[in-house]
Amino acid sequence: MKKIYLYKGFERFWHWTQAFLIFFLMLTGFEIHGSYHLIGYENAVRWHDDAGWALLILMVFASFWHMTTGEWKQYIPTAKNLRAQMEYYLTGIFRNAPHPTGKRILSKLNPIQRLVYFALTIIVIPVMIISGFMYLYFNYPLQGLALDSLQPIALIHTIGAYILITFVIIHLYLITTGHTIWSNLVAMITGWETMEEEEAEIAVEGVIESTTKHYVKTLNGDKKKKDKKKKTEE
Amino acid sequence: MRKLSVIAFVLFLPLLLLTLIQLNDTLNDPGVTVYNYVKKADRNMTPSVDHTQFEILKQDFEDAHKVTAACLSCHTNRHEEIMATSHWLWQRNEVLEGRGVIPLGKKNILNNFCIGIAGSEATCTRCHIGYGWVDQSFDFEEPTNIDCLVCHDKTGTYQKEKGNGGYPKASVDLNYVSTHVGSPGRDNCGVCHFWGGGGNNVKHGDLEISLLDCSLEVDVHMATEGENMSCVDCHVTEKHVMAGKLYALSSENKSRASCEQCHTNKPHNDKILDDHNIRVACQTCHIPVYAKVNDTKMYWDWSSAGELDEHGEPFHEPDVDGNHKYMSIKGTFIWANHVIPEYYWFNGIADHQLITDQIDTIPVQMNTLLGSYRDKGLLQESEQPSKIWPVKVHRGKQIYDMVNNTLVQPKLWDKEKGKNAFWLDFDWDASVKEGMAYLEIPYSGEYGFVETEMYWPLNHMVSPASQSLKCIDCHTRNNSRLANLDDFYLPGRDNNWQIEASGIALIVLSIIGVIIHTFFRIIFRRRCFLRNKFEGGNES
Repeated sequence: MKKIYLYKGFERFWHWTQAFLIFFLMLTGFEIHGSYHLIGYENAVRWHDDAGWALLILMVFASFWHMTTGEWKQYIPTAKNLRAQMEYYLTGIFRNAPHPTGKRILSKLNPIQRLVYFALTIIVIPVMIISGFMYLYFNYPLQGLALDSLQPIALIHTIGAYILITFVIIHLYLITTGHTIWSNLVAMITGWETMEEEEAEIAVEGVIESTTKHYVKTLNGDKKKKDKKKKTEE
Repeated sequence: MRKLSVIAFVLFLPLLLLTLIQLNDTLNDPGVTVYNYVKKADRNMTPSVDHTQFEILKQDFEDAHKVTAACLSCHTNRHEEIMATSHWLWQRNEVLEGRGVIPLGKKNILNNFCIGIAGSEATCTRCHIGYGWVDQSFDFEEPTNIDCLVCHDKTGTYQKEKGNGGYPKASVDLNYVSTHVGSPGRDNCGVCHFWGGGGNNVKHGDLEISLLDCSLEVDVHMATEGENMSCVDCHVTEKHVMAGKLYALSSENKSRASCEQCHTNKPHNDKILDDHNIRVACQTCHIPVYAKVNDTKMYWDWSSAGELDEHGEPFHEPDVDGNHKYMSIKGTFIWANHVIPEYYWFNGIADHQLITDQIDTIPVQMNTLLGSYRDKGLLQESEQPSKIWPVKVHRGKQIYDMVNNTLVQPKLWDKEKGKNAFWLDFDWDASVKEGMAYLEIPYSGEYGFVETEMYWPLNHMVSPASQSLKCIDCHTRNNSRLANLDDFYLPGRDNNWQIEASGIALIVLSIIGVIIHTFFRIIFRRRCFLRNKFEGGNES
């Protein structure tokens, strides 16, 4: 067994901050929507607005990171293995069939993930942020740039919210379909994912050979050595 | 351990960020700042002159006209100012949307309380700032017909006589009153503006005698323990012309007294609240209820008037609170206190149902308040977008001409029986004939009673900030204060049922999908759950 370093520090920071913000926006957003009373309408509005700003700032940094590191390429949708991946979730998983797409450092996402994350990044999140800020700043129909009516903005924002909830539910479920129920979660927390030897070989495909050692840890005692070595390097 | 701290940090950072933003907001609250107003404590309230020392006032005045003459001998030409005001003329030239300029005022407008003054002037003009207006022959050009004392009396002893065209009671000591005069106080204005419609708080709902000595809870401005403001502190007066007016009588968006003149249109030091002022009047949140002390009249049904007791005499019955429930001369009433206002879009322009207008809506709108969500002030003379206003709506049933389909003016009052005054003779047909003949307007002889509504935008009885409306009073699905104002999307109140249904269906389906998928994973292949606990490594 080997551990492969899949998710870098910023990537994890971005993922978890975004997860927190989206969860928080959901909680406050649906109170504003009138679905329930939880922290008080006024508090919900103020926290939702602040969280919206926080998400926008996070998105700016995340975009910058993806652009400069080239990580954005991982989100380009591909039809290759798309069908196989669907078949895996529908039937293969029950037969304990192999994952059709191996995880690689340079291509972490399976074709369905690529497609869904791409749609979220290009459509849903921008639409939510733009409609959210229009909700905030052009909500009183006046002249000029102001909206004729708040209604279409509010409805679009609501549709986006329902789509995001659905995404979160399915996302939370599918992370349990890794090697073990927890392996995907642990990987997103620590950055390291445990893999079989053969999988690990695939995972480092395309990575410049001299840097491979930064991405691979051998289990069973090697880990401690590596850690000590790392410390001395630092 | 390091991992844990990283996770904690990652989760904690945004929370910290949000808390700091929040804290920053709460620290920036400097309290109420006002402009164009000098606090009572910073003012010299001593009168500039002592009227007791003026020779011309040291006399036993023969009549009230002589007092006015004495006033005008020093305050020269003030009568010219007075005679141009609506307080004197009981009308002003107003533009009615699409109908041109029309002289409008108490002189000719109908309401759904005592209907109108025509034919009954001698009793109605007890509230006129003049002497002797008993019929159409009143001389509006005679300076000594002006009643200076009713507004400027500081003794509290000046009273006008009932049914005598505005003359003071014989018991009033004119010498004493005329030597103790000053700027009008709440009692001076209140003697008419609190008692309109024949009793305290009958009409407005937010103007009544409790304001003469009230707590901050009743009115933050007039509270005795607070600034104890007089009416003219807000209804700023220049040359006897007072800012502010009432939409029972006027129609144009001009010379209004406003909260903004002291508080500005951004008083909250908070963007979200200040932005509300773009479409929500201050009054909407800050006057959560009206008639906070005494009852106000909510409903007046004239059609039941005229019943007499076994002796053929008029009678009246009180309700449980001691208000009139029924009066032979006026009909049936419903009163209420601590009333929650109704809310309307209003752009400052009102229409009026004139006595010559055809009835085209039932209930008849006595004074339609114009405005809507879509009215952003571009096409209206107001140049301001319509705002949501709190309104007292007074509903009633009053007499109308069934053939000509117009409201009518019955003659209500006279000094003696036999002159076709309804309040003495109880004959509707005769009183309407008399009233309409007096106005020289045709009457078919067929009368009925029609439902009416009259709108009174609320401005007074402003509550302390702590008692103003909260977000949830409007932004809620159930029992929203704005439930009836349904021409726009209000967050928290509104949603689109198709989107809600689809959204919830999507969530439910995804959860069902997850459950079924989990179920199959357990049933078919437990191994896919706990792969490495079994033989492991049989796949890549």
